[in-house]
Amino acid sequence: MSELIYKSAAQLSESLAKKEVSAREVTQAHLDQITKVDQAVHAFLFVDTEGALAQADQVDAARAKGENLGPLAGVPLALKDILAQEGIPTTCGSKILEGWRPPYSATVVKKLRAAGVVILGKTNMDEFAMGSSTENSAFGTTQNPWDLTRIPGGSGGGSAAALAAFEAPLAIGSDTGGSIRQPAAVTGTVGVKPTYGGVSRYGVIAYSSSLDQVGPCARTVLDTALLHEVIAGHDDYDATSINAPTPPVVAAAKRADVKGMKIGVIKELSGDGYESGVSERFEESLEILRSQGATIEMVSCPNFDYGLAAYYLIAPSEASSNLARFDAMRYGLRVGDDGSRSAEEVMSMTRAAGFGREVKRRIVLGTYALSAGYYDAYYGSAQKVRTLITQDFAKAFSSVDVLVSPTTPTVAFPIGAKSNDPVAMYLSDVATIPVNLAGVAAMSLPAGLSEGLPVGFQIIAPAMKDDRLYQVGAALERELAAKWGGVLTTKAPKLSSSAGA
Amino acid sequence: MLTYEQIIEKYEPALGLEVHVELGTKTKMFCGCPTEFGAEPNTQVCPVCLGMPGALPFVNERAIESTILIGLALNCSIAPMSRFARKNYFYPDMPKNFQISQYDEPICTDGYLDVEYETPEGMKTFRIEIERVHMEEDTGKSLHVGGATGRIHGAEYSLLDYNRAGIPLVEIVTKTVLGTEGYAPQIAKAYVKELRDILRALGVSDVKMEQGSLRCDANISLSPRGSGILGTRSETKNVNSLRSVERAITSEMHRHAQRLEAGERVVQETRHFQEDSGTTRSGRSKEQAEDYRYFPEPDLLPVAPSAEWIEELRAQLPERPSAHRARLQQLWQVPDKEMAAMINAGVVGIVEETVAQGADPTKARTWWLGEISRLANEREVEVAEMPITPKDVAEIIALVAAGELTDKLARQVVEGVIAGEGKPKEVIAARGIKVVSDEGELVAAIERAIAAQPETAQKVRDGNIPAAGALIGAVMKDTKGQADAARVRELLLGLLA
Repeated sequence: MSELIYKSAAQLSESLAKKEVSAREVTQAHLDQITKVDQAVHAFLFVDTEGALAQADQVDAARAKGENLGPLAGVPLALKDILAQEGIPTTCGSKILEGWRPPYSATVVKKLRAAGVVILGKTNMDEFAMGSSTENSAFGTTQNPWDLTRIPGGSGGGSAAALAAFEAPLAIGSDTGGSIRQPAAVTGTVGVKPTYGGVSRYGVIAYSSSLDQVGPCARTVLDTALLHEVIAGHDDYDATSINAPTPPVVAAAKRADVKGMKIGVIKELSGDGYESGVSERFEESLEILRSQGATIEMVSCPNFDYGLAAYYLIAPSEASSNLARFDAMRYGLRVGDDGSRSAEEVMSMTRAAGFGREVKRRIVLGTYALSAGYYDAYYGSAQKVRTLITQDFAKAFSSVDVLVSPTTPTVAFPIGAKSNDPVAMYLSDVATIPVNLAGVAAMSLPAGLSEGLPVGFQIIAPAMKDDRLYQVGAALERELAAKWGGVLTTKAPKLSSSAGA
Repeated sequence: MLTYEQIIEKYEPALGLEVHVELGTKTKMFCGCPTEFGAEPNTQVCPVCLGMPGALPFVNERAIESTILIGLALNCSIAPMSRFARKNYFYPDMPKNFQISQYDEPICTDGYLDVEYETPEGMKTFRIEIERVHMEEDTGKSLHVGGATGRIHGAEYSLLDYNRAGIPLVEIVTKTVLGTEGYAPQIAKAYVKELRDILRALGVSDVKMEQGSLRCDANISLSPRGSGILGTRSETKNVNSLRSVERAITSEMHRHAQRLEAGERVVQETRHFQEDSGTTRSGRSKEQAEDYRYFPEPDLLPVAPSAEWIEELRAQLPERPSAHRARLQQLWQVPDKEMAAMINAGVVGIVEETVAQGADPTKARTWWLGEISRLANEREVEVAEMPITPKDVAEIIALVAAGELTDKLARQVVEGVIAGEGKPKEVIAARGIKVVSDEGELVAAIERAIAAQPETAQKVRDGNIPAAGALIGAVMKDTKGQADAARVRELLLGLLA
């Protein structure tokens, strides 16, 4: 087995730059690992073997010619299937898009290609990013590499599992209510939801436009920063993207210093409902940060208690409108078009057959919340809560530099444990959702294990201060890695081809 | 059945007009696709206007600028912050199954437009209050093939063309217009015409009703006089010409009155104007109001034009049409009555363009108000919609002035141009129209006439000058009307002196 798959992106970058290894070798090693373990993990919905090797060859040729290449040129990446990639099947985890090959690429995909990043394929996800376990994917559940009987988180379970299974050193996720951070937490990897508007959403299939944000995922804080720098920045094609320089995230990850920093612990995101193992790892991490020279204080954000309720009105409302375009007219699935039925009937039959249960549930919920006579009580009230939560953050950040909490209340739960209880499933995101509602930045990084399963530590920074996540995260990671003898994923089970399957 | 006069005696009409204008921007509202009319179906499309998964809208600055200009020209307040909203409903020609529009926070509000109308009691000014001016995107077009009606129900299949999807539209909505009395249909037409002139002067749209770049939905209701309650309104769509605005409203007033007189109620519904019959037919009923589930468009930022920008645009506004007309009247020395006739016929702008092409103002006015108006009446279209341009008319006037055409021949040329035979020069060539100015040819024709009517000729020689008419007539007939009658007379009288 090639040792290349256990390297970080930063290490691969160095070896590639020194020409100790070619992009083709690195890519092939990861493709081999996918072949070996993905039957058990099911992180990928589509593996672009030929395309990936062709991209790798291009990078090698460019390097041979002495061209100036970015740090991630030749490093492989797993792309969440929510991003449009020209000519590559893009399903968003839904039957309704099965067979669709986009005629264009998302801005993030273009940036990755321009940076020479090798895209291995598309990763599994909950249908239209609605879920916390990938069990809502129309194409089967992804298994958590730490324990194949457990969920890898969601919606971006495929991207997180690909990292934990060493199928890719880098991955792209999207985070509407926690879909990057919760999977990162339960797979022992690192994931960042950048400031809303920090990364272009153009070409990212919309779930909830005012909450969706694309972000970087990796096994180390530095790798995550390197990827963050490649994908971030203003985009004329996304009116909500911020026209300002990207915060210096790589420099911050390298500084890794918390001396004199004020860290606030969010009172409302602890205690009841949080597993003891999760709370213990969280406390230990706080202790480390304190020992590194940070000041820790308790901070109250009283309106966070309404975050989950507000989210489940705003996100479904926007989704009910965003998902209206899947109507069989121009692309994707078409059901019942036998010449005897009207366009309306075909639309209706296609949507009935093409959307899964959770997607339908949220469309109905959102349609109801926006309807005349209910708008003010539901959507309107939810927007008010959103404002209050934003104010809670503003107040907290007036006294501390970053806020922290456990990323999730529990470790990875067994597959099937919550699939018939939507509300229990929704609670997985209770600590991550306020961040999306306020549009601020957050990271989840591993805090250790509880009963053999990873626990996530969440850091939250004000809008456009994403660099603080990396500064604090890298400091904590360094100390923890010193204790463990490497980042947490070094302890992940080495899967064999027979594993679990 | 009540006559129109009786209807007005018993009921008070209330008008409401919604005008949609396609802006003449080079690119669409939320993407970079071209907006040219008449391209091959589905060639002016991209992921954004096709509503591809993941595609996002971005705002065309020019469209916002045009909308602010319209708002300023209509005396509106320009909102320091307005918002786009999604109007959700399913229809195959709407790519996203929601339309990006504006809802409770439009960009322009509370304006007015003064409309002049010549009543039997003289010229009157009616103030039409504008409730709002907002931006939205157009939908694609459906073509229903097969079936008898060309409507979606009963069609064998439908074709979709998304070239129009995403073209910037501005919707201009009036407040309820009361007090127009019996002139409601005419005032409505005058309003749309005035609005069209303003939009044309602003250069924000080509305002072609027949191509759909200016569309009018006419709302009308009748309320029994003294009741103080507005009646139930109907909304008539598919009103594709100025004349149709007037006809549609008149027809609806009759229909409403008939129902009310019969003790029936008017159904609140959308109706479609039928050009051939001049009446409306029922569209979809709005009794169960459709729930569009409007909410703020999360993919776009609020529109927040700076005060400086608004003032910059205000400074760019062209002269108001009414002020402009007053200036022209003075410049051209037009009597009040004539000016009113020009305004009512909607030809001021066209006459001005004709003058700009070098024509004499009085001649230009005479052509447009006279012969061309007459032909327009015959065809039941507006003068402005006649297929002859100010340039054509100026050219014809110049040819008459140069003696190359007589007035009579010029009328033939105008007729030819309108009949689609080509530009004036082409019509002249094709029809072989020319003034017979060869004196030898004329003299020969006169001599033939004298030879044919020797007795008449003798009467003229004897001093009975009016008798010359018969001879002149014969000469004109001989020359197929291409001779200058005045010259023929001169030559004839000379020969018989």
